[in-house]
Amino acid sequence: MFKIIEKKFLSENVAKLVIEAPYIAKSRRAGHFIILRIDKNGERIPLTISDADVEKGTISLIVQRVGVSSHKLCAMNAGDFILDVVGPLGKATHIANVGTVLCAGGGVGVAPLFPIVQAMKLAGNRVITIIAARNKDLVILENEMAEYSDELIVMTDDGSKGTKGLVTLGMEEVILREKVDQAIVIGPAVMMKFAALTTKKYDIPTMASLNTIMVDGTGMCGACRVSVGGKTEFVCVDGPEFDAHKVNFDEMLSRLGAYKEKESENYDEYVKSCEAAALN
Amino acid sequence: MEEELNEEYYKAERKTEWRDKLRKEIKAKERTNISRVRMPEADPDVRNKSNLEVNKGLTLEMALAESHRCLDCAVPTCIVGCPVGTNIPKFIKYLEAGDVLGAAEVLKENNSLPAICGRVCPQEIQCEAQCFYVKKLSKEGAAIGHLERFVADYAREHGPETIPGLAEPNGIKMAVIGSGPAGLTVAGELAKFGYDVTVFEALHDLGGVLKYGIPEFRLPKSIVDYEINTIKNMGVKFITNFIVGKTATIDDLKEEGFVAFFIASGAGLPNFMNIPGENFSGIQSANEFLTRVNLMGGGNKNFDTPVHTGKNVVVVGGGNTAMDSVRTAKRMGAERAIIMYRRSMEEMPARAEEIKHAIEEGVEFINLASPIEYFADERGKVNKMRVQKMELGEPDTSGRRRPVVIEGSEYDIEVDSVVIAVGVSPNPIIQQSMPELEITKWNTIKVDDNMMTSIPGLFAGGDIVRGGATVILAMGDGRKAASGMHSYVQSEVFVNI
Repeated sequence: MFKIIEKKFLSENVAKLVIEAPYIAKSRRAGHFIILRIDKNGERIPLTISDADVEKGTISLIVQRVGVSSHKLCAMNAGDFILDVVGPLGKATHIANVGTVLCAGGGVGVAPLFPIVQAMKLAGNRVITIIAARNKDLVILENEMAEYSDELIVMTDDGSKGTKGLVTLGMEEVILREKVDQAIVIGPAVMMKFAALTTKKYDIPTMASLNTIMVDGTGMCGACRVSVGGKTEFVCVDGPEFDAHKVNFDEMLSRLGAYKEKESENYDEYVKSCEAAALN
Repeated sequence: MEEELNEEYYKAERKTEWRDKLRKEIKAKERTNISRVRMPEADPDVRNKSNLEVNKGLTLEMALAESHRCLDCAVPTCIVGCPVGTNIPKFIKYLEAGDVLGAAEVLKENNSLPAICGRVCPQEIQCEAQCFYVKKLSKEGAAIGHLERFVADYAREHGPETIPGLAEPNGIKMAVIGSGPAGLTVAGELAKFGYDVTVFEALHDLGGVLKYGIPEFRLPKSIVDYEINTIKNMGVKFITNFIVGKTATIDDLKEEGFVAFFIASGAGLPNFMNIPGENFSGIQSANEFLTRVNLMGGGNKNFDTPVHTGKNVVVVGGGNTAMDSVRTAKRMGAERAIIMYRRSMEEMPARAEEIKHAIEEGVEFINLASPIEYFADERGKVNKMRVQKMELGEPDTSGRRRPVVIEGSEYDIEVDSVVIAVGVSPNPIIQQSMPELEITKWNTIKVDDNMMTSIPGLFAGGDIVRGGATVILAMGDGRKAASGMHSYVQSEVFVNI
């Protein structure tokens, strides 16, 4: 059992959970993720670790309400227990001083980007960070990112905050303005696909962190497999970070939708059960 | 694989008065005239719609009758066929004498998981293949597996909850990585020597492949839990959600006082065929399919985990995992649950019993065929597979006739989902975290005769060493490793203190 120490909403549908997990807090590096299972009938879902406190023995997770499990998770509060948390999983981000690093995060992908921005800055890089969201209410971790970035650009689709436009627009502006040695993109698969196409035009080495469906997270099942440069890789043990120019994002998108029907059925039932509970 | 017979010991035991007497009660000739017991089975049309255990187990009368067949041979060759060296004639004779709990004690001497082995061991190629009936009389061997299961089940249901005798606790900490059959065996054996044993399990549930892999209808989870509970009662600690190499490294655990380690992290990396379209959704490894159903409750509406099934499910492969997958798909409502195997029925590596059960349950077999490409609908979900027919050519290195492609024989099959069961590779996590650990070209961990790896104090066994084998071979490794670890610790630790 893993205790929730703190919980707060960062935006309407995005919550931050601080969980007691001392071993994971100590072992985790930027890029690592965990798998959790809320209760005994729950599914195993992967979530990237957005921060950790070794002294307090805690890790932070940032969750967006999408399906049943993320709704259940966002409904939990400080003092509640999550049945299973395992990690840290995946390979850690390769952190080096390469010069100027452009970090672009879309939506809740900003959360896993944060520890990478932090580590890249501490490694001595010039870090330019772009955080993008649909509107101002969905912008998260702005202050945290500002602290570790030489420059922070906020972008919203509707222009309600920062610059109006998609993340790729902001990336291109930076690339045309100054020499970028490496790019890191994390966000929805579609966003990463177009961000990768943008940096490819300018031959900038780019890394994407993939958030595929997983079960065990230890290489055992292959649910998370993706094609990278025509070769099948497992996101859980070979990733989660890959050369963004080689990832087949279309295949990844279709695999992410593999259980859509069943998921929306589950979700409808979940909403009904919540409504029934509310009426009682 | 085979333990050497300690002939003197077996001879002395055989000469005990009660066994002498028992042997003489019925003439050998009469014994050999008894026909082999038949395992009662659940009705195929009922069981293929439920999780009911297929083999129902022998009754006491049936087990006693079968025990009479065992000739209590002067040279018990059956024991040579057992990877953990179970004293087979001794347990069968206890049974014949009517002391079922005594028989259970004999089983427990060498095997901490008899109710499991009695169900999933391939006895027909191990102990029973070495039986005098098979070797000399060309008759069916004594039903050793059925009897083992009967005795273990009887003891669980009727006997007191007992644990084997344990040495005085010595306070020396030993770590076991993985709670599958190899890990459980080592944990039990080390506890008997008096060690302070902790088992670290990556998943949220204990048992490894016994839980996520083998389906309920072949091995009920309650039996696995019972056996694990016995090991817990022996003082072994279990920690779930803990991945050694990730959550903490072996070096971290050394700092916490662990002096020797047994790596039994299993063959957890499924193989795919690398053919076009294999990553379409709806195509999954057998590990994924079985884990979703067995471990996560996939298919049960009270559980959140989804799973791909459908009307037409093709399972590619011919091993036990393929049979488990196809029979699971059938139970989940597939109208056509199909095995596709590239050789013929004769070469199929699955146990004869599993194949027989699958046929009875309505599983279709498309042999001498192999997929070459998959097609999908507009959303990327598989809906068709292209298949190529094969014929058998010359024998290959495994001695089985090699499948050869028949050119121009391609045809298509409509599918709703596909399960790939073409073998597994060793899990890479421990090796990734310890680059200095010597591995083979197949990524299995190299071990010496005592199951010790290239790093002193670090032992390994089961599928992480073998690639992909059976429960009982993993347990055999476990027994060997436990004594290797015991000698290592006795010589190293005590000398150095």
